Amino acid sequence: MKEVLSGNEAFARGAYEHGVKVVSSYPGTPSTEITEHVAQYEQIYSEWATNEKVALETVIGASLAGRRAMTCMKHVGLNVAADPLMTVSYTGVNGGLVIVVADDPNMFSSQNEQDSRHYARLAKVPMLEPADSQEAKDFIGIALEMSEKYCTPVLVRSCTRISHSKSVVTLKARNTPPTFEPENDIKKWVMVPANARVRHKIVENRLEKLADCADTGRLTINPVEFRSEEIGIICAGVTYHYVKEAMPEASILKLEMVYPICFEKIKRFCERVKKLYVVEELDRFIENELKAAGIEIQPLNRSVCGELSVDEVRKLFGKSVKEPAFDPKQLPARPPNMCPGCSHRGMFYAIAKLKLFAAGDIGCYTLGLLPPLSAINSTVCMGASIPMAHGMDKATDGALARKSVAVIGDSTFFHTGINGLLNSVYNAGTSTVIILDNSITGMTGHQPNPGTGCTIKGAPTQKINFPKLLEAMGVKNIRTVNPFDPDECIKVLKEETAREELSVIVTDKPCIFADRSVIKPPFYVDVKNCSGCTICTRLGCPAILWNKEDKRAFIDESLCTGCELCVKVCRFDAIHQRG
Amino acid sequence: MKDINILMIGVGGQGTVLSSDIVCDVALAGDADVKKSEIHGMAQRGGSVVSHVRIGAKVLSPVIPIGEADIVISFENMEFLRYPEYAGKNTSLVVSTHRIYPPSVAGGQEAYPAEQTEDTKKAFKEVFEIDAMKTATAIGNSKVAGMVMLGKLAALLPFDADLWRAVISKKVPPKTVDMNLAAFNAGYQF
Repeated sequence: MKEVLSGNEAFARGAYEHGVKVVSSYPGTPSTEITEHVAQYEQIYSEWATNEKVALETVIGASLAGRRAMTCMKHVGLNVAADPLMTVSYTGVNGGLVIVVADDPNMFSSQNEQDSRHYARLAKVPMLEPADSQEAKDFIGIALEMSEKYCTPVLVRSCTRISHSKSVVTLKARNTPPTFEPENDIKKWVMVPANARVRHKIVENRLEKLADCADTGRLTINPVEFRSEEIGIICAGVTYHYVKEAMPEASILKLEMVYPICFEKIKRFCERVKKLYVVEELDRFIENELKAAGIEIQPLNRSVCGELSVDEVRKLFGKSVKEPAFDPKQLPARPPNMCPGCSHRGMFYAIAKLKLFAAGDIGCYTLGLLPPLSAINSTVCMGASIPMAHGMDKATDGALARKSVAVIGDSTFFHTGINGLLNSVYNAGTSTVIILDNSITGMTGHQPNPGTGCTIKGAPTQKINFPKLLEAMGVKNIRTVNPFDPDECIKVLKEETAREELSVIVTDKPCIFADRSVIKPPFYVDVKNCSGCTICTRLGCPAILWNKEDKRAFIDESLCTGCELCVKVCRFDAIHQRG
Repeated sequence: MKDINILMIGVGGQGTVLSSDIVCDVALAGDADVKKSEIHGMAQRGGSVVSHVRIGAKVLSPVIPIGEADIVISFENMEFLRYPEYAGKNTSLVVSTHRIYPPSVAGGQEAYPAEQTEDTKKAFKEVFEIDAMKTATAIGNSKVAGMVMLGKLAALLPFDADLWRAVISKKVPPKTVDMNLAAFNAGYQF
């Protein structure tokens, strides 16, 4: 049967068809939907882990126990999982182990543009790269077989244009998965130096065998499409389709295993073409590997920033591209925004009002940087807010801690924020930390986390109680505030930033998508009372609009969720509730 | 079959993604190859949404090259202005006359680009303006406005209307099938 599947749906289907037993992941765009779709298959145990390191360690355990396992993450997530990755390369696997990593060329929703292929070389593990959804599904199977045959974890690289594009896939039934007895082999699984020195040699030997297996055609990967003798192009992933459409006359070698590189096959390909080019997205990874092996590559004036496309490839080879029908216009933007009824907005309003420096973090609340709130002053990576505030505190002997806060969401706190807070407690920090607890992982599409109270499959589970957790961690000053009451937020912020001790403020209202019961009848502006002071429009709520003609605010009642934040800031009793 | 590139543009919440999924399923049911590409992630509700759908005997890139869209369908009156690079001399435009004001327009800082919208329509080979919101409201629910637009798109594509109706019946929530089919039919006859 054929279906049109996204790359992410196809990766999930691949895990199902090829007998994966355990999937543990942390959500991150563009990889999130893989695990969400895996969760729909009852034959696979799946979970949201608290972070990517925990997820990878969990599936390493599943592999040791003799079952096929997979973890999925975005490129920056692999940084978090890098520690176990480097060593599971040495231990090898028992059941097949696949790590799907989704890069984000052009950074549609990411804080950097890193090229994950470097991790394959760094960890000395093979990396496969599919070019469409059918291959996304098939390559999970190839990766699992490769993993078991060569005793190695296998990286499968996706990118936004694979994960979030759709193409036709032929579906098959689930295979009977191979299972293995759990391994109890300390020379393999206990990486003390004496054992690791032995394993390192095995890893180097494995890389040679892997390159050789692709070269001699024992794996049906790295196909050659021979056309012109003039131009030969080596490419990989979605770039293959760009190249094929832009350069239909060229001969193509499609590298489906991007690491280790199979040089023999490439050398034979070079001998058949006059000019050899490498077309690849992001870094010059394949090109540099080939150059280091003494293969002559024709230069291309290609940027290492952003995405490729059919047109970009045409331009690289001096071909013309079509003219657009009209010129770009200056248009009113439709920027991302915190939703109407968002429980973060009131606290950001208070932070902006007090002109506090806010060390921010990764999540919906990063949008607090946008005007009119403009309340976030730094964002680096998951969990960075609390240690950065701690560093600012120590660097200024507490002076900056009196004028700043760290802001972090519940999911990010569980991910890596908790480590930073422990550090601040232990090292007698005096900063003020705000946990914006909305009981869900908002930015990636509302996945549950340990503060939600249910698992990925919706089963009820232990819900973490923030005040109790913080108390157990040794935090002495813990305040819980209602983020829809800006006056209370301002008062508590003033008190806690003035305090020369560490304090944690927890906001405890759910995301409107986590708990729809919080939605109340909408509000409207009584124009008789409205003075046109604009204090409500400065909340940046998408439901509050401005009538240019009579210079008064009005509310789009179809968007309003009745959160009451605007009522609390209005000083003229101009906002009332319907019903 | 002849290759067809369709750029589908809308505002978050209008059903642009569901509509493009339906086009993909119709193409597959009609024995064509199909690919679709879209960008989401940080796009919250109310943000700009765009899907590239490519149909043909064998589709390669999931993204439409510059100037090669055969049809641009804009579920909002100005949004097609945001993607000038994909429309060429031979592109048809299907556009809803419904306006959704961006925050800066709603907030009074900027004007809705009505003049630019009208001017730019002249750059297309042909333009179909659909009052989808009025049609949908007459059918009984403004939320099926996107399905009216999809009906008009279907009339421009080489697949049987019954194939569309079968796919729509499977893809929309069961309780809304009749209303969606009524909206589709209205758009198909536009």
